[in-house]
Amino acid sequence: MAEATQLDAPASEEKIAIDGFTEEGENLSPFNEGTDQHGAKKHSHGDAPVIPEASRGERLKSYRLADFAPLNGREEDWRFTPLKRLRGLHDQPLTGSGPTVEVSGATNIQVETVGRDDSRIGSASIPDDRVSAAAWEAFTEATVVTIPVETIADRDIQITINGVDEAPAAQHLIITAERFSKAVVVLDHHGKTTLAQNVEIVVGDGAELTVVSVQEWDDDAVHTSTQQAKIGRNAKFKHVVISLGGDLVRMTPSSLFTGPGSEVEMYGLYFADAGQHLEQRLLVDHAVPNCKSRVTYKGALQGQDAHTVWVGDVLIRKEAEGTDTYETNRNLLLTDGTRSDSVPNLEIETGLIEGAGHASATGRFDDEHLFYLMARGIDEKTARRLVVRGFLNEVIQQIKVPALEERLTDAVERELAAGNI
Amino acid sequence: MSTLEIKDLHVSIETEQGVRKQILKGVSLTINTGESHAIMGPNGSGKSTLASTIAGHPRYLVDSGSITLDGEDVLDMSVDERARAGLFLAMQYPVEVPGVTMTNFLRTAKTALDGKAPSLRHWTKDVKEAMSQLRIDADFAQRNVNEGFSGGEKKRVEILQLELFKPRFAILDETDSGLDVDALKVVSEGVNREHSKGEMGTLLITHYTRILRYIKPDFVHVFVDGRIAEQGGPELADRLEAEGYDRFGAQSPAPAVTTAGA
Repeated sequence: MAEATQLDAPASEEKIAIDGFTEEGENLSPFNEGTDQHGAKKHSHGDAPVIPEASRGERLKSYRLADFAPLNGREEDWRFTPLKRLRGLHDQPLTGSGPTVEVSGATNIQVETVGRDDSRIGSASIPDDRVSAAAWEAFTEATVVTIPVETIADRDIQITINGVDEAPAAQHLIITAERFSKAVVVLDHHGKTTLAQNVEIVVGDGAELTVVSVQEWDDDAVHTSTQQAKIGRNAKFKHVVISLGGDLVRMTPSSLFTGPGSEVEMYGLYFADAGQHLEQRLLVDHAVPNCKSRVTYKGALQGQDAHTVWVGDVLIRKEAEGTDTYETNRNLLLTDGTRSDSVPNLEIETGLIEGAGHASATGRFDDEHLFYLMARGIDEKTARRLVVRGFLNEVIQQIKVPALEERLTDAVERELAAGNI
Repeated sequence: MSTLEIKDLHVSIETEQGVRKQILKGVSLTINTGESHAIMGPNGSGKSTLASTIAGHPRYLVDSGSITLDGEDVLDMSVDERARAGLFLAMQYPVEVPGVTMTNFLRTAKTALDGKAPSLRHWTKDVKEAMSQLRIDADFAQRNVNEGFSGGEKKRVEILQLELFKPRFAILDETDSGLDVDALKVVSEGVNREHSKGEMGTLLITHYTRILRYIKPDFVHVFVDGRIAEQGGPELADRLEAEGYDRFGAQSPAPAVTTAGA
C-alpha cells in the first residue's frame, strides 16, 4: 500500500483553513485528549483494557493469517464482538463448502468462477483483521462479476448467497465496475451459515456503482463480511448494509479513495431482536484530495440482549485536501434490555478541508411522539410502528431499487410484528 | 347533542423531585356541542393542565372527580380511545415526528378515527382544500409531521387536523400564543368554520383576550389557582381585557398574576 509514502509527503507552506485546525489536524488541548471530541486521538470506550492503535491508518494489513495474533477479545476492533459466538471463524480451519452463489439479473455483464491464482484476486482488498485473513487463506474459488467498460447494466445484478449448513467456511467475491460503467449489485444472504466472507469491490474511473448487502439469514447464522471498495477518479460509489437476520453479523465495509473527485455514500440499516448481535465497523479512507463522503447508519433494537455496534472510522490523510465528509449514526431503543454502542472516529491529518463532521445519537422511543399520535386516535401499536417505520425509511429510500425497497419495508414490518411492537 | 361534563376534578403532577403537587383543585364545567367556552387565566393557573388531562396525557394524575362524555367515563379511556370518542386537543406545543409524512399521518389518523380508510379521491380533495384555506403550502403534505415548521405553521396544522377530523369537542390549548395577527385570523377562521356547523363544542384556552375578538365565546370561565374563580358571558372577556387578572389576585397566592397586563 502507498500509505507510508503518502504520510511522508512534504509539508506544504502554512495555510490554515478551519479554526482550531492546523495542517497537522485538529488542535487538541492536553485536557480533552481521549474525550468524545473528534480529532487525532482515539476514543476509548468500554470497560476492558484495549490494545491501543495510534491511527486507524496504521492498522495491520496482510494476506497472511499468521501475521495476525490469535484473538482474545481485547483488541480495539474486536472488543465489542462476542468471540464465543463466532462459532470457530476466528480459531478453526474454514473448511466448509459455504453458501451457494448464484448471479442473475443483468445480461450484459460478465460472471466467472475463478481459482485462487486469478490475477484479479487482491485487486481491491487486503485483509485488516484476523478473520478476514483466515478467509483469504481458506477460499478455494472466487465469484467474479464484471461490468465492462462503458457498460450500463441492463438490469440490477442479483447475487443470491444461500447457506445450507453450519460448517465454518470462507467465501470470496469480486465486483468490478470498469471505467464509465454503471450498475446496481444486490448481495442477498439467506439460510444458515457460519461464514467469513471477503468482498472486493473495484469502482473504476468515472464509474457509478451501488452495492447493497442484505443479511436476512436464519436466526442462528454467523457471518463476518469484509467489503472493501477501491474507488478511482471521478467515480460514484454507494454502499448499503441491511442487517436483519442472523445470530451474529459483523460487517466491515470500507471505501478507499484512490483518485480525486469521487463521491461515496454509505448507508446502513439494522434491526436487532432479542439476543442478536449486529455489528458494523466501517472505514472511509480519504487518501487523495477533493473527495466527498457521507455515511448514514440507522438501527432499531428490541428485546432482551439485542446488541448493536456501530464504529465509523473516517480518516482524512495529509494529502486529502478539499475533503468533505460527514457521518451519522442513530439508534432507536424500542424496549428495555437492549444495548447499542456507537463510536464515531474522525482522524484529520490536514486542516485544508471543506468540512468534516460526525453525529451519533441513541435514544428511547419518545413518549411525547406516542402521545401526539394517540391523541389523534391512532392506537399505541400503530403509532409505534409509524415512528419506527419512519425512522428506518430514511435509509430504505436511499436504495433506489423499487423491488428491494418494497421487500425491505415488508421485512421491517415483520420485525415489528415479531417484536410485538 | 353531546355533553362533555367535568365534575369536581382534582389533578396532580409529580415534580422532578418526586413530590406530588396538586394543580387542579376542584374544577366543574359542562360543555354541550354547539357551545363555545373560553377558559382564561394567568400563567400557572391550571388551564393547560385541564386540557392535557381531558386528552389523557400520562403526566397528569387524576386524584378525584370525573370527566364524562354523554355519560361515558372518559378517565377510563386510553388516549386514542378518547380521540376516537370525539375529543380533540389542539396542542400548545405540537411535537415533531421525524420520518412520518403529514400525508401518511393525516390518513392514518383519519382511518383510526373513522374506523375505515377515507375514500382516496374525496380525502385528497378535502386535505387540499383545508390546507389552502389555512394558507398552508401544498409541499407541507410531503414533509414530516411538524418537522422544521415554524410556531405559526404548527398551530395552523393543528387546526387543519381539527377541520379534517371533525371532533365532537375541540380543546384549543393556547392555540393563539405565538401567532401574529394574520395567522391568528386564519386560525380563528378555521375554528369558526368548523364550529359554525353546530356539531362541535369548543373549549378555548387562552391567556390573552385578543383571540376572543375573532372567536366569540358563549361562556367565559376565569381560572385562578386551579379553580374557576368567576364565570360569565362574553362581557367577562371584555372586562378582563380592560382590567386584567389583577382583581383575582386576592384569591391567588401565585405571583403569576402580575403578567396580566399583556
